[in-house]
Amino acid sequence: MAYTITEKILLAHTDKKSIAPGDFIYAKIDLALGNDITAPIAIQEFELTGAKKVFDRHKIALVPDHFTPAKDKKSAEQAKILANFAKKHKIINYFEVGRMGVEHALLPEAGLVGPGDLIIGADSHTCTYGALGAFSTGIGSTDLAAGFITGCVWLKVPETIKFIYSGKLKPWVGGKDLILHTIGDIGVDGALYMAMEFQGEAIKALSMDDRFSMCNMAIEAGGKSGIIEPDEITEKYIRSEGRKVKGVFYKSDEGARYCKVIEHDVSKIEPQVSAPHLPSNSAPVSKFKKINIDQSVIGSCTNGRISDLRIAAKILKGKKVNSRVRLVIIPATQKIYSQAIKEGLADIFLNAGGVFSTPSCGPCLGGHLGILASGERAIATTNRNFRGRMGHPDSEVYLSNPAVAAASAIKGRIAHPEEI
Amino acid sequence: MKFKGKVWKFKDDVNTDEIIPARHLNTTDPKELGSHCMEDIDKDFSKKISKGDIIVAGKNFGCGSSREHAQISIKGAGISCVIAESFARIFLRNAINMGLPILEIEDIRGIKEGDYLEVDLNSGSVMNLTEHKAHKAKSLPKFIQEIIKSGGLLKWIKRRELDAKRTK
Repeated sequence: MAYTITEKILLAHTDKKSIAPGDFIYAKIDLALGNDITAPIAIQEFELTGAKKVFDRHKIALVPDHFTPAKDKKSAEQAKILANFAKKHKIINYFEVGRMGVEHALLPEAGLVGPGDLIIGADSHTCTYGALGAFSTGIGSTDLAAGFITGCVWLKVPETIKFIYSGKLKPWVGGKDLILHTIGDIGVDGALYMAMEFQGEAIKALSMDDRFSMCNMAIEAGGKSGIIEPDEITEKYIRSEGRKVKGVFYKSDEGARYCKVIEHDVSKIEPQVSAPHLPSNSAPVSKFKKINIDQSVIGSCTNGRISDLRIAAKILKGKKVNSRVRLVIIPATQKIYSQAIKEGLADIFLNAGGVFSTPSCGPCLGGHLGILASGERAIATTNRNFRGRMGHPDSEVYLSNPAVAAASAIKGRIAHPEEI
Repeated sequence: MKFKGKVWKFKDDVNTDEIIPARHLNTTDPKELGSHCMEDIDKDFSKKISKGDIIVAGKNFGCGSSREHAQISIKGAGISCVIAESFARIFLRNAINMGLPILEIEDIRGIKEGDYLEVDLNSGSVMNLTEHKAHKAKSLPKFIQEIIKSGGLLKWIKRRELDAKRTK
């Protein structure tokens, strides 16, 4: 039987001899993740069942990253529920403010997720870890409570769409552009319930940070997961900077079954921008050059990694942010924050007239640190541009890569990085 | 289980930020979350509806975040069930796991806002009492039906554990 990488990982986490798309399985999990929005509900439900113990205190990660450092009293109460639960059950991987980061940047960086793992997270962007060759998917708080108790999750084995990217990337084009272009092509439900497997020479050439950006947004096409076969780049990542992840390197079999194969020549793809109010409204940046902006946000679980900040700094170095624009830069983790200071990136951002903040999901989901007023418009390296996502229901969000967001901050309108 | 209620109609791709905006996620209180249900689409939605009313939407209902505040908010507002042409996957899981009744029907064009529906969850029949027209919901996989019949995921797990003990 020929299997896709996704089917192989799922099979390895069950006691079955074979599986096929459409099968319902009850699978063992390697890690269960919750944050300050979703874990409080999971913890309440865990306690309501009368459960006394978690399945494995080493295999739970609790990350207060959304409304933290606590933006108000209610958010502080939510975060406190996580801290107390972590203390009570001696959860190893609880990350307090000052030691934390945006969950989907933090877990790979901390070496908690690796190739061949099965990870569930009560956050839709949990699909990010597919970049390491893991099966990783977003679930709800009830699923998380069940995972805390049993160490298992019910899943329907998904069909897989294979995406093949050939050719060489143009300058200023990265993983974010490939995924925005792909979502534009298939729509926000184009991969509903399905695994998205990204392949091809252009993927092989992508850095880990770019791969994370791509898999992060599989959910924006309705996908259950995004996945990239692990290779030398993956191997280097999981064994560097103190990480000692073992991992199982699965590959899709020759003759594995795909419900669809979609090919893209990346040499034709320009930096992409997604217009309000859906990530699928993507088009080349040149189409949007008349759109003025009030704010530019660089950060999030999609594009708040060190290479994203380096790209932004390259464009902002020695330049000033347009007088009408607020630039908000949020490194995704404490480690990235520290690295950006060491490399002098923080100075570049501050000298340009930008805000450089402690790690948080911040304004991405309209929490804090840069909420939009009515009629305001932002360009952001985040992942969703739904109506009201970053603040007032009558505000607008355009999605882009960090180079476009930095260039736009300087110009005061959506701009191609080449214009700087 | 049978429901009768007035229809509130929504478009395709209704997302979780529209169902319950993130600014309200610092609470899990059903009443408070219910009072903000769909407010960025229609700020008076929660005031206009009556207990037992039904949401009818196009495809990909509930796309976006994994927040169960969305289901809590819909239930808290008093909605009895959600009918859509399709559901986003995490929303679907959460609804099943939490016991929010949902039904998929192929085409919602025959149902208008303000129509009265009678929904039979067991048979999957959706009767439009205003138009005297019957719709048939897609039947759910057996596995899912089991979870729903148990009263949600956590009760299903409990039953499963008990069954395992019994067979030992």
